[in-house]
Amino acid sequence: MECQFALTGKGYVIVASDTTAARSIVKMKDDEDKIKTLGPHMLMSYSGEPGDTVQFAEYIERNLRLHQIRYHHPLRPSSAASWIRRQLADSLRSRSPYAVNLLVGGYDIATSEPHLYWIDYLGTMAHIPFAAQGYGSYFALSLLDRYHNPEASLEEGLETLRRCISEVEKRLIVGLGKFKVKVVDRNGTREIEL
Amino acid sequence: MSIMEYNGGSVVAMVGKNCVAIASDLRLGNQALNVATFDKIFPVTDRIYIGLSGLATDVSTLRERFRFRVNMYTIKEEREIEPDTFAHLVSSTLYEKRFGPFFIEPVIAGISSPSRGSKPFIAAADLIGCLNFAKDFVVAGTASSELFGIAEGLWEPDLEPEDLFETISQTLLNAVDRDAFSGWGAVVHVITPDRVITRTLKGRMD
Repeated sequence: MECQFALTGKGYVIVASDTTAARSIVKMKDDEDKIKTLGPHMLMSYSGEPGDTVQFAEYIERNLRLHQIRYHHPLRPSSAASWIRRQLADSLRSRSPYAVNLLVGGYDIATSEPHLYWIDYLGTMAHIPFAAQGYGSYFALSLLDRYHNPEASLEEGLETLRRCISEVEKRLIVGLGKFKVKVVDRNGTREIEL
Repeated sequence: MSIMEYNGGSVVAMVGKNCVAIASDLRLGNQALNVATFDKIFPVTDRIYIGLSGLATDVSTLRERFRFRVNMYTIKEEREIEPDTFAHLVSSTLYEKRFGPFFIEPVIAGISSPSRGSKPFIAAADLIGCLNFAKDFVVAGTASSELFGIAEGLWEPDLEPEDLFETISQTLLNAVDRDAFSGWGAVVHVITPDRVITRTLKGRMD
Protein backbone atom coordinates (compact mmCIF):
# COMPACT_ATOMS: atom_id res chain seq x y z
CA MET A 1 0.00 0.00 0.00
CA GLU A 2 3.01 2.28 -0.33
CA CYS A 3 2.92 5.20 -2.64
CA GLN A 4 5.69 7.24 -4.26
CA PHE A 5 5.78 10.00 -6.84
CA ALA A 6 8.52 11.83 -8.66
CA LEU A 7 8.55 14.54 -11.31
CA THR A 8 11.11 16.64 -13.13
CA GLY A 9 10.94 20.36 -13.76
CA LYS A 10 13.22 23.18 -14.82
CA GLY A 11 16.50 22.22 -13.21
CA TYR A 12 15.11 20.03 -10.43
CA VAL A 13 13.64 16.63 -9.57
CA ILE A 14 11.02 16.28 -6.81
CA VAL A 15 10.75 12.87 -5.11
CA ALA A 16 7.91 12.23 -2.69
CA SER A 17 7.05 9.19 -0.63
CA ASP A 18 4.49 8.26 1.98
CA THR A 19 5.83 7.83 5.52
CA THR A 20 3.83 4.84 6.71
CA ALA A 21 5.44 1.63 7.96
CA ALA A 22 2.70 -0.95 8.31
CA ARG A 23 2.27 -4.70 8.68
CA SER A 24 -1.12 -6.26 7.94
CA ILE A 25 -3.70 -4.11 9.78
CA VAL A 26 -1.22 -2.34 12.07
CA LYS A 27 0.42 1.01 11.28
CA MET A 28 3.67 0.75 13.22
CA LYS A 29 5.22 4.06 12.26
CA ASP A 30 4.11 7.25 10.53
CA ASP A 31 7.43 9.07 10.08
CA GLU A 32 9.47 6.55 8.09
CA ASP A 33 11.94 8.11 5.65
CA LYS A 34 11.84 6.07 2.43
CA ILE A 35 14.00 8.39 0.33
CA LYS A 36 17.75 7.81 0.46
CA THR A 37 20.32 10.37 -0.63
CA LEU A 38 22.72 8.57 -2.95
CA GLY A 39 25.08 11.43 -3.59
CA PRO A 40 25.38 15.20 -3.67
CA HIS A 41 22.84 15.35 -6.52
CA MET A 42 20.86 12.13 -6.38
CA LEU A 43 17.87 10.77 -4.49
CA MET A 44 16.29 7.32 -4.50
CA SER A 45 12.90 6.38 -3.08
CA TYR A 46 12.25 2.70 -2.40
CA SER A 47 9.25 0.48 -1.68
CA GLY A 48 8.41 -3.21 -1.66
CA GLU A 49 9.16 -6.21 0.52
CA PRO A 50 9.98 -5.06 4.08
CA GLY A 51 13.60 -5.78 4.94
CA ASP A 52 14.61 -6.17 1.29
CA THR A 53 13.91 -2.46 0.86
CA VAL A 54 16.27 -1.10 3.47
CA GLN A 55 18.93 -3.78 2.81
CA PHE A 56 18.97 -3.01 -0.90
CA ALA A 57 18.75 0.76 -0.51
CA GLU A 58 21.67 0.82 1.95
CA TYR A 59 23.68 -1.53 -0.29
CA ILE A 60 23.19 0.91 -3.17
CA GLU A 61 23.90 3.97 -1.04
CA ARG A 62 27.12 2.57 0.33
CA ASN A 63 28.43 1.27 -2.99
CA LEU A 64 27.80 4.61 -4.66
CA ARG A 65 29.57 6.32 -1.79
CA LEU A 66 32.48 3.89 -2.19
CA HIS A 67 32.66 4.79 -5.88
CA GLN A 68 32.80 8.45 -4.94
CA ILE A 69 35.59 7.80 -2.44
CA ARG A 70 37.63 5.69 -4.86
CA TYR A 71 37.29 7.93 -7.89
CA HIS A 72 36.86 11.36 -6.25
CA HIS A 73 33.81 11.82 -8.43
CA PRO A 74 30.19 10.78 -7.98
CA LEU A 75 28.45 8.76 -10.69
CA ARG A 76 26.16 10.65 -13.04
CA PRO A 77 22.42 9.88 -12.69
CA SER A 78 22.22 7.78 -15.88
CA SER A 79 25.29 5.70 -14.96
CA ALA A 80 24.10 5.25 -11.38
CA ALA A 81 20.63 4.21 -12.57
CA SER A 82 22.13 1.68 -15.02
CA TRP A 83 24.29 0.27 -12.24
CA ILE A 84 21.33 0.03 -9.88
CA ARG A 85 19.25 -1.67 -12.60
CA ARG A 86 22.07 -4.15 -13.17
CA GLN A 87 22.07 -5.04 -9.44
CA LEU A 88 18.34 -5.78 -9.57
CA ALA A 89 18.58 -7.69 -12.87
CA ASP A 90 21.36 -9.89 -11.45
CA SER A 91 19.38 -10.42 -8.25
CA LEU A 92 16.29 -11.52 -10.21
CA ARG A 93 17.71 -14.91 -11.20
CA SER A 94 19.59 -15.51 -7.96
CA ARG A 95 18.55 -17.70 -5.04
CA SER A 96 16.52 -14.99 -3.36
CA PRO A 97 15.73 -11.87 -5.41
CA TYR A 98 15.25 -8.41 -3.96
CA ALA A 99 11.62 -7.33 -4.26
CA VAL A 100 12.20 -3.55 -4.29
CA ASN A 101 10.76 -0.85 -6.56
CA LEU A 102 12.64 2.42 -6.95
CA LEU A 103 12.43 5.95 -8.25
CA VAL A 104 15.89 7.42 -8.86
CA GLY A 105 16.04 11.18 -9.38
CA GLY A 106 19.24 13.09 -10.03
CA TYR A 107 20.63 16.33 -11.37
CA ASP A 108 23.43 15.87 -13.88
CA ILE A 109 25.86 18.74 -13.23
CA ALA A 110 27.75 18.00 -16.45
CA THR A 111 24.76 18.75 -18.70
CA SER A 112 22.65 20.74 -16.18
CA GLU A 113 19.69 18.46 -16.78
CA PRO A 114 17.39 16.75 -14.29
CA HIS A 115 16.84 13.02 -14.81
CA LEU A 116 14.32 10.58 -13.40
CA TYR A 117 14.38 6.79 -13.65
CA TRP A 118 11.59 4.35 -12.77
CA ILE A 119 13.06 0.96 -11.83
CA ASP A 120 10.95 -1.98 -10.77
CA TYR A 121 11.90 -5.16 -8.88
CA LEU A 122 12.55 -7.08 -12.12
CA GLY A 123 15.18 -4.58 -13.24
CA THR A 124 12.93 -2.82 -15.75
CA MET A 125 14.23 0.72 -16.17
CA ALA A 126 12.42 3.62 -17.82
CA HIS A 127 13.75 7.17 -18.22
CA ILE A 128 10.70 9.39 -17.95
CA PRO A 129 9.71 12.97 -16.99
CA PHE A 130 7.38 11.84 -14.17
CA ALA A 131 6.70 8.54 -12.44
CA ALA A 132 4.88 6.78 -9.64
CA GLN A 133 5.25 3.48 -7.78
CA GLY A 134 2.56 1.56 -5.95
CA TYR A 135 -1.22 1.85 -6.10
CA GLY A 136 -0.85 5.62 -6.25
CA SER A 137 0.28 5.25 -9.85
CA TYR A 138 -3.25 4.30 -10.93
CA PHE A 139 -4.51 7.65 -9.64
CA ALA A 140 -1.59 9.96 -10.26
CA LEU A 141 -0.21 9.08 -13.69
CA SER A 142 -3.17 10.46 -15.63
CA LEU A 143 -3.11 13.64 -13.51
CA LEU A 144 0.56 14.01 -14.33
CA ASP A 145 -0.12 13.36 -18.05
CA ARG A 146 -2.45 16.36 -17.95
CA TYR A 147 -0.73 18.80 -15.55
CA HIS A 148 2.97 18.06 -15.76
CA ASN A 149 5.12 20.74 -17.37
CA PRO A 150 8.79 19.87 -17.86
CA GLU A 151 9.66 23.59 -17.77
CA ALA A 152 7.73 24.32 -14.59
CA SER A 153 9.25 26.22 -11.69
CA LEU A 154 9.66 24.48 -8.36
CA GLU A 155 6.48 26.05 -7.00
CA GLU A 156 4.44 24.85 -9.97
CA GLY A 157 5.97 21.38 -9.65
CA LEU A 158 5.03 21.24 -5.98
CA GLU A 159 1.49 22.32 -6.89
CA THR A 160 1.23 19.41 -9.35
CA LEU A 161 2.55 17.10 -6.64
CA ARG A 162 -0.10 18.39 -4.24
CA ARG A 163 -2.77 17.46 -6.80
CA CYS A 164 -1.46 13.89 -6.93
CA ILE A 165 -1.28 13.55 -3.17
CA SER A 166 -4.81 14.90 -2.63
CA GLU A 167 -6.16 12.52 -5.25
CA VAL A 168 -4.56 9.57 -3.48
CA GLU A 169 -5.82 10.85 -0.11
CA LYS A 170 -9.31 11.07 -1.53
CA ARG A 171 -9.53 7.81 -3.48
CA LEU A 172 -7.11 5.26 -2.03
CA ILE A 173 -8.85 3.06 0.52
CA VAL A 174 -5.84 3.21 2.89
CA GLY A 175 -5.08 6.58 4.52
CA LEU A 176 -1.41 7.29 3.98
CA GLY A 177 -1.00 10.41 6.08
CA LYS A 178 1.92 12.72 5.53
CA PHE A 179 4.23 12.57 2.53
CA LYS A 180 7.94 13.26 2.76
CA VAL A 181 9.11 15.44 -0.12
CA LYS A 182 12.72 15.95 -1.19
CA VAL A 183 14.15 18.00 -4.02
CA VAL A 184 17.41 17.70 -5.93
CA ASP A 185 18.72 20.58 -8.01
CA ARG A 186 22.07 22.16 -8.88
CA ASN A 187 22.61 23.12 -5.23
CA GLY A 188 22.15 19.58 -3.94
CA THR A 189 19.40 17.75 -2.09
CA ARG A 190 17.06 19.11 0.55
CA GLU A 191 13.78 18.28 2.20
CA ILE A 192 10.71 20.43 1.57
CA GLU A 193 7.61 21.05 3.65
CA LEU A 194 4.56 20.78 1.37
CA MET B 1 -0.76 -13.75 -16.97
CA SER B 2 2.11 -14.85 -19.17
CA ILE B 3 5.59 -13.46 -18.51
CA MET B 4 5.96 -12.62 -22.19
CA GLU B 5 2.89 -10.37 -21.96
CA TYR B 6 3.82 -8.62 -18.71
CA ASN B 7 5.36 -5.55 -20.33
CA GLY B 8 3.87 -5.82 -23.85
CA GLY B 9 5.42 -4.76 -27.14
CA SER B 10 5.82 -6.00 -30.70
CA VAL B 11 8.49 -6.00 -33.39
CA VAL B 12 8.37 -6.68 -37.14
CA ALA B 13 11.05 -6.81 -39.87
CA MET B 14 10.68 -7.01 -43.64
CA VAL B 15 12.90 -7.54 -46.67
CA GLY B 16 12.87 -5.17 -49.65
CA LYS B 17 14.97 -4.58 -52.77
CA ASN B 18 18.52 -4.15 -51.43
CA CYS B 19 17.10 -2.93 -48.15
CA VAL B 20 15.51 -4.16 -44.95
CA ALA B 21 13.24 -2.45 -42.46
CA ILE B 22 12.64 -3.14 -38.80
CA ALA B 23 9.93 -1.51 -36.72
CA SER B 24 8.54 -1.71 -33.20
CA ASP B 25 6.01 -0.06 -30.97
CA LEU B 26 7.18 1.96 -27.98
CA ARG B 27 4.98 0.70 -25.15
CA LEU B 28 6.36 -0.29 -21.78
CA GLY B 29 3.53 -1.38 -19.53
CA ASN B 30 2.99 -2.98 -16.17
CA GLN B 31 0.24 -5.40 -17.16
CA ALA B 32 -2.65 -3.07 -17.95
CA LEU B 33 -0.93 0.19 -16.86
CA ASN B 34 1.18 2.14 -19.38
CA VAL B 35 4.43 3.26 -17.77
CA ALA B 36 6.79 4.73 -20.37
CA THR B 37 7.97 4.89 -23.94
CA PHE B 38 10.64 2.27 -24.32
CA ASP B 39 12.70 1.69 -27.43
CA LYS B 40 13.14 -1.98 -28.24
CA ILE B 41 15.33 -1.76 -31.34
CA PHE B 42 19.09 -1.30 -30.97
CA PRO B 43 21.89 -0.94 -33.50
CA VAL B 44 24.44 -3.74 -33.41
CA THR B 45 26.62 -2.39 -36.20
CA ASP B 46 25.97 0.30 -38.82
CA ARG B 47 24.08 -2.24 -40.92
CA ILE B 48 22.54 -4.62 -38.39
CA TYR B 49 19.70 -3.81 -36.01
CA ILE B 50 18.11 -6.07 -33.43
CA GLY B 51 14.62 -5.67 -31.99
CA LEU B 52 13.79 -7.40 -28.71
CA SER B 53 10.20 -8.01 -27.62
CA GLY B 54 9.21 -9.58 -24.34
CA LEU B 55 10.12 -8.88 -20.73
CA ALA B 56 11.64 -5.39 -20.52
CA THR B 57 14.30 -6.16 -17.94
CA ASP B 58 15.63 -8.94 -20.19
CA VAL B 59 15.50 -6.53 -23.17
CA SER B 60 17.93 -4.23 -21.32
CA THR B 61 20.07 -7.11 -20.03
CA LEU B 62 20.36 -8.79 -23.42
CA ARG B 63 21.09 -5.52 -25.16
CA GLU B 64 24.08 -5.07 -22.87
CA ARG B 65 25.12 -8.71 -23.31
CA PHE B 66 24.94 -8.56 -27.13
CA ARG B 67 26.84 -5.28 -27.13
CA PHE B 68 29.59 -6.96 -25.08
CA ARG B 69 29.76 -10.10 -27.24
CA VAL B 70 29.75 -8.15 -30.52
CA ASN B 71 32.50 -5.84 -29.21
CA MET B 72 34.60 -8.89 -28.27
CA TYR B 73 33.94 -10.36 -31.72
CA THR B 74 35.02 -7.12 -33.43
CA ILE B 75 38.19 -6.89 -31.34
CA LYS B 76 39.18 -10.52 -31.89
CA GLU B 77 38.19 -10.79 -35.56
CA GLU B 78 39.29 -7.24 -36.46
CA ARG B 79 36.22 -6.88 -38.67
CA GLU B 80 32.52 -6.19 -38.28
CA ILE B 81 30.18 -9.09 -37.64
CA GLU B 82 27.95 -10.29 -40.49
CA PRO B 83 24.15 -10.46 -40.00
CA ASP B 84 23.85 -14.24 -40.20
CA THR B 85 26.80 -14.71 -37.83
CA PHE B 86 25.13 -12.31 -35.42
CA ALA B 87 21.90 -14.32 -35.66
CA HIS B 88 23.80 -17.42 -34.60
CA LEU B 89 25.41 -15.43 -31.78
CA VAL B 90 21.92 -14.50 -30.58
CA SER B 91 20.82 -18.12 -30.83
CA SER B 92 23.72 -19.46 -28.77
CA THR B 93 23.37 -16.70 -26.16
CA LEU B 94 19.72 -17.66 -25.66
CA TYR B 95 20.31 -21.43 -25.69
CA GLU B 96 22.95 -21.05 -22.94
CA LYS B 97 19.93 -20.38 -20.70
CA ARG B 98 17.87 -23.27 -22.04
CA PHE B 99 16.50 -24.27 -18.61
CA GLY B 100 16.10 -20.77 -17.20
CA PRO B 101 15.61 -18.60 -20.27
CA PHE B 102 15.51 -14.92 -20.99
CA PHE B 103 11.90 -14.03 -21.84
CA ILE B 104 12.73 -12.43 -25.17
CA GLU B 105 11.79 -12.95 -28.80
CA PRO B 106 14.49 -11.24 -30.89
CA VAL B 107 14.10 -9.98 -34.45
CA ILE B 108 17.25 -9.26 -36.45
CA ALA B 109 17.48 -7.15 -39.62
CA GLY B 110 20.61 -6.26 -41.51
CA ILE B 111 22.55 -6.04 -44.73
CA SER B 112 25.68 -8.11 -45.27
CA SER B 113 28.98 -6.37 -45.97
CA PRO B 114 29.91 -5.25 -49.51
CA SER B 115 32.50 -8.05 -49.75
CA ARG B 116 29.61 -10.53 -49.32
CA GLY B 117 27.27 -8.84 -51.75
CA SER B 118 25.29 -6.38 -49.56
CA LYS B 119 22.45 -8.87 -49.31
CA PRO B 120 19.40 -8.06 -47.17
CA PHE B 121 18.91 -10.40 -44.20
CA ILE B 122 16.20 -10.90 -41.59
CA ALA B 123 15.79 -13.53 -38.90
CA ALA B 124 13.81 -14.14 -35.75
CA ALA B 125 14.24 -16.51 -32.82
CA ASP B 126 12.17 -17.86 -29.99
CA LEU B 127 13.16 -17.44 -26.36
CA ILE B 128 15.55 -20.40 -26.41
CA GLY B 129 17.26 -19.50 -29.66
CA CYS B 130 15.49 -21.44 -32.40
CA LEU B 131 16.22 -19.37 -35.50
CA ASN B 132 13.76 -18.61 -38.29
CA PHE B 133 15.40 -17.36 -41.51
CA ALA B 134 12.43 -15.99 -43.40
CA LYS B 135 12.70 -14.62 -46.91
CA ASP B 136 9.85 -12.12 -46.57
CA PHE B 137 9.06 -10.90 -43.04
CA VAL B 138 9.35 -11.89 -39.38
CA VAL B 139 7.20 -10.87 -36.42
CA ALA B 140 7.41 -11.09 -32.63
CA GLY B 141 5.62 -9.86 -29.54
CA THR B 142 2.11 -9.62 -28.12
CA ALA B 143 0.64 -8.55 -31.50
CA SER B 144 2.45 -11.25 -33.48
CA SER B 145 -0.75 -12.91 -34.73
CA GLU B 146 -2.10 -9.56 -35.93
CA LEU B 147 1.26 -8.72 -37.51
CA PHE B 148 1.32 -12.04 -39.39
CA GLY B 149 -2.11 -11.36 -40.87
CA ILE B 150 -1.45 -7.84 -42.09
CA ALA B 151 2.11 -8.52 -43.26
CA GLU B 152 0.90 -11.48 -45.33
CA GLY B 153 -1.59 -9.20 -47.01
CA LEU B 154 0.58 -6.12 -47.59
CA TRP B 155 4.04 -7.52 -48.29
CA GLU B 156 5.28 -8.05 -51.81
CA PRO B 157 8.81 -8.80 -53.01
CA ASP B 158 11.31 -6.18 -54.23
CA LEU B 159 9.89 -3.11 -52.55
CA GLU B 160 12.03 0.03 -52.81
CA PRO B 161 13.09 1.63 -49.49
CA GLU B 162 10.35 4.28 -49.56
CA ASP B 163 7.64 1.73 -50.39
CA LEU B 164 9.02 -0.71 -47.83
CA PHE B 165 8.78 2.05 -45.21
CA GLU B 166 5.10 2.61 -46.04
CA THR B 167 4.34 -1.11 -46.02
CA ILE B 168 6.02 -1.87 -42.71
CA SER B 169 4.55 1.24 -41.08
CA GLN B 170 1.00 0.32 -42.03
CA THR B 171 1.60 -3.29 -40.98
CA LEU B 172 2.79 -2.26 -37.54
CA LEU B 173 0.31 0.55 -36.84
CA ASN B 174 -2.76 -1.46 -37.76
CA ALA B 175 -1.61 -4.59 -35.96
CA VAL B 176 -0.85 -2.83 -32.67
CA ASP B 177 -4.19 -0.99 -32.80
CA ARG B 178 -5.84 -4.38 -32.40
CA ASP B 179 -3.66 -5.36 -29.44
CA ALA B 180 -4.13 -3.86 -25.99
CA PHE B 181 -0.55 -4.57 -24.91
CA SER B 182 1.20 -2.91 -27.86
CA GLY B 183 1.14 0.61 -29.21
CA TRP B 184 1.88 3.99 -27.60
CA GLY B 185 3.86 5.15 -30.63
CA ALA B 186 6.15 3.41 -33.10
CA VAL B 187 9.63 3.68 -34.60
CA VAL B 188 10.83 2.41 -37.99
CA HIS B 189 14.41 1.92 -39.21
CA VAL B 190 15.01 1.41 -42.94
CA ILE B 191 18.48 -0.01 -43.58
CA THR B 192 20.11 0.39 -46.99
CA PRO B 193 23.73 -0.35 -47.98
CA ASP B 194 24.77 3.28 -47.53
CA ARG B 195 22.60 4.56 -44.68
CA VAL B 196 19.88 3.99 -42.11
CA ILE B 197 16.79 6.20 -41.98
CA THR B 198 14.98 6.26 -38.66
CA ARG B 199 11.46 7.64 -38.43
CA THR B 200 9.10 7.91 -35.47
CA LEU B 201 5.45 7.30 -36.33
CA LYS B 202 2.44 9.00 -34.84
CA GLY B 203 0.05 6.34 -33.64
CA ARG B 204 -2.94 5.98 -31.34
CA MET B 205 -1.79 6.61 -27.77
CA ASP B 206 -4.19 4.19 -26.22
